Amino acid sequence: MRVERFLPLVAAVLAGIAVLAVTLLATGHDPIIAMGAMWRGAFGSWDTILSAVLPRSIPLIIIGLGIGLAFRAGALNIGAEGQFYAGAIAATWAGLHLNGWPAPLAIAALLITSILAGVVWVAVPVLLRVRFGVLEVISTLLLNFVADALVSWMVQGPLQEAKRIYPQSDPIAVSARLPQVPGTRLHLGLLLAVVLALGLWLIYRRTLWGFQLRATGAGPLAARIAGRIDTNRMIATALLLSGAIAGLAGGTEVSGVSYALFQSLSPGYGFTGIAVALLARLDPLGTLATGLLFGALEAGAGGLQREAGVPAVLVYLIEAVIIIVVLLSDAFARRRSDGRF
Amino acid sequence: MDADLLVSFLTSAVRVATPLLLAALGETLAERGGVINLGIEGVMLAGALAAAIGSTAGGPWAGTFASAATGALLSLGFGLIAVAAGANQIITGTAVTLGAVGATGAVYREVYGSGGVGLSLPTFRVVPIPGLDRIPLLGPALFEQSILSYLGYVAVPAIWFLLFRTRWGLALRAAGESVEAATAAGVRVKRVRIIALTLGGMFAGIAGASLVLAQVGTFAEKMTAGRGFMAVAIVVLGGWRPGRVAWAALFFGGAMALQFLFQSMLLNVPYQLFLMLPYLLTLLVLVGAVGRVRSPAELGRG
Repeated sequence: MRVERFLPLVAAVLAGIAVLAVTLLATGHDPIIAMGAMWRGAFGSWDTILSAVLPRSIPLIIIGLGIGLAFRAGALNIGAEGQFYAGAIAATWAGLHLNGWPAPLAIAALLITSILAGVVWVAVPVLLRVRFGVLEVISTLLLNFVADALVSWMVQGPLQEAKRIYPQSDPIAVSARLPQVPGTRLHLGLLLAVVLALGLWLIYRRTLWGFQLRATGAGPLAARIAGRIDTNRMIATALLLSGAIAGLAGGTEVSGVSYALFQSLSPGYGFTGIAVALLARLDPLGTLATGLLFGALEAGAGGLQREAGVPAVLVYLIEAVIIIVVLLSDAFARRRSDGRF
Repeated sequence: MDADLLVSFLTSAVRVATPLLLAALGETLAERGGVINLGIEGVMLAGALAAAIGSTAGGPWAGTFASAATGALLSLGFGLIAVAAGANQIITGTAVTLGAVGATGAVYREVYGSGGVGLSLPTFRVVPIPGLDRIPLLGPALFEQSILSYLGYVAVPAIWFLLFRTRWGLALRAAGESVEAATAAGVRVKRVRIIALTLGGMFAGIAGASLVLAQVGTFAEKMTAGRGFMAVAIVVLGGWRPGRVAWAALFFGGAMALQFLFQSMLLNVPYQLFLMLPYLLTLLVLVGAVGRVRSPAELGRG
């Protein structure tokens, strides 16, 4: 891999920081102090790294891997947020029924349930695309809002805690919880994310299927005619797998962090995941790095809000700037070489 | 169901449909030129906040102008990235929406504090149109609305005229059908698209204003809640024609207003099901619409 491929990424991150600094100045904060707070929120101590940055990175990495898989095939899955919630709902339901199961089995059952839920949630857009030609961009997007309402109903209805006071579920069975590194909030989901990334990396690198996926995304017509690839099938499979992975992220979040379902369980993981995947150029190992970067950014934004009183939502503006700079540099590079995306 | 209930349902349907209509008309302009702008959700949101701030400072009209200017500027930015530089439209749109969520959230807390107390803004009053509001059922529903709803009514034929009876509209539609043919005919494709996006963004901004100043009366973070995306679906359902887009917007307004109706009828159904309804309807409608109506050939190609 050539070094200059990563120059735009560095430029993008620098641009994001620059926008942050300008915004801080414009709103009357001292950028140096505020960025210090942000740094401490992410890398201030072993505790912030292990209990804030890494746990925050886990869902971003997993979702980013899923989105990257779909994008490779040219299928724009913008619905990871909804698939994450579908996974989280199913995981919570499973976790509430797993009392008495031995831990490894309970965890496996919970995660498999969340994966299936993610698949079911994305199956609708897949069907609509294959059967009726409805663009997956719009259908996956719309289902995010349905998932949001579904969570709201679940935590005030079927899955509400026994006392029926708070809009959240009861805690899941202890045996269904992912083990943590003692004294921190870092859970086993990180290992899962790394294994998944390595597995996908091998698949993309070493298998015919991985190549066909890329070919489908690069040019469906050429792939169909010259490569004799069933592109519809490739796209459907890519979307289903991508939904499965986003569902898994919902499962690991419930099983490793929250132990319960509530609204706004996801602070927009499904959208940040798009930035994570794009910034990594859809490369699984790169996604590990960008997931960590965004986990650190968001953990830092927490510090920014606590210490300097700057709203943490600002981090989405920075993410948007990063996406746009990467897009622009790609567009200019393409113009120079005259290839197509 | 008695007549009063029906009138109040229809009235709220039109009120709820107004932001959808304005946004969908703006998106119609963009898509007729071959550009799909998913950033419209963020543009609406930014317009909503601009309307709140402008209205606090100088009343509802100031708020409306602020929202129009904000919407136009933000969509111009989208156009520069997605059209002038040629970046992927879908991803650019997603980024614009993401950025708008971040920026509006931060600015809102900076301006109004993070207390979370409901903000009460100067809003547009309902202005009945004398005579027309006497028509049974439809009169009050259509003609006892705020000025921004009337703006929506006027915008439908205006945009139709712009698209189908002016040289500029012809150039825009040509750009949406075939970049090569349009270029050969002397149309400056990128320029005409960026102008359409900017104009459309103005409408999306005002759509945000109508949400704040004529419907809700306050601003809340992420308050557009997918209305911009819904507008994109409305454009498809309306077959990229302003008149049909208006009907489609009204249909969606009705679907959203259903929850008020059912709540007042005290049906024992979880209210979240009605929150889902418009989105599920959108999906259903897309299934029916795709293939039946033809989209501009260059749509989304970049």
